[in-house]
Amino acid sequence: MATVPIEHGLILAAILFAIGTIGVIVRRNIFFMLLSIEIMLNAAGLAFVSAGSLWGQPDGQIMFIFILTMAAAEVSIGLALIIQLYQRYHTLDVDASSEMRG
Amino acid sequence: MNLVFYLAAAIAVIATILAITRYNAVHALLYVIVSLLSVALIFFVLGAPFVAALEVIVYAGAIMVLFVFVVMMLNLGPQSIEQERQWFDPRALPGPAFLALILIIELVYIMTQGFAGTVSETIVDPHQVSVALFGPYLIGVELASIMLMSGLVGAYHVGRRHVKHLSADSGD
Repeated sequence: MATVPIEHGLILAAILFAIGTIGVIVRRNIFFMLLSIEIMLNAAGLAFVSAGSLWGQPDGQIMFIFILTMAAAEVSIGLALIIQLYQRYHTLDVDASSEMRG
Repeated sequence: MNLVFYLAAAIAVIATILAITRYNAVHALLYVIVSLLSVALIFFVLGAPFVAALEVIVYAGAIMVLFVFVVMMLNLGPQSIEQERQWFDPRALPGPAFLALILIIELVYIMTQGFAGTVSETIVDPHQVSVALFGPYLIGVELASIMLMSGLVGAYHVGRRHVKHLSADSGD
């Protein structure tokens, strides 16, 4: 039974990463921007795991576990920032917080 | 077995595109969860069952539930009931349900085919991953625990309710 070529896994990771990048650039809602960053991190993890499965080594999966840990820490801080932004400006528009003061 | 991979890949791409184009946050979350589930199936096909389980439990389970909690926290008020009715619009259901149904069919197909013959050449099982994780990568585990601790403290600090005189006090 033929196995999946490694290039196809990497191409899928690149497509998902590109979609996440487009989401960050296009959307002005900070909630969707954070969600798109999660998609990008997940795509990077997919690239690691498919490369690790090519060599049959556990290193790719370990990198995915580290990415998972980082995504958890990042999303907790990011969601706290979203709550703070909503309390101050009563909107989720990132352009509302374009000025820095205090 | 290649068909399972390409079908799951197509579902991942479609669900992700639909996720970033939704106007409603909860609908987008549903599509992102479907995308993560299909990526978990891809991990399983690629011979990484441990990471596939982690993807479902931690990503689609814990992290997306955090997003749902924040959506719930942000929409307190008199208009929340109207918003709730809008979110439970049954017309939003068929898209994610259809994509998830295809994933379930693929999973049942893999299970009935038997574990050994379906995945790629080598299966990296949890034993190998944990031996490497707590061997050469031990320093990475420690750094990850420090980062999670700082993330906890940072989320507590940033997420406090805004106090009027806070900026004046901290400016001194």
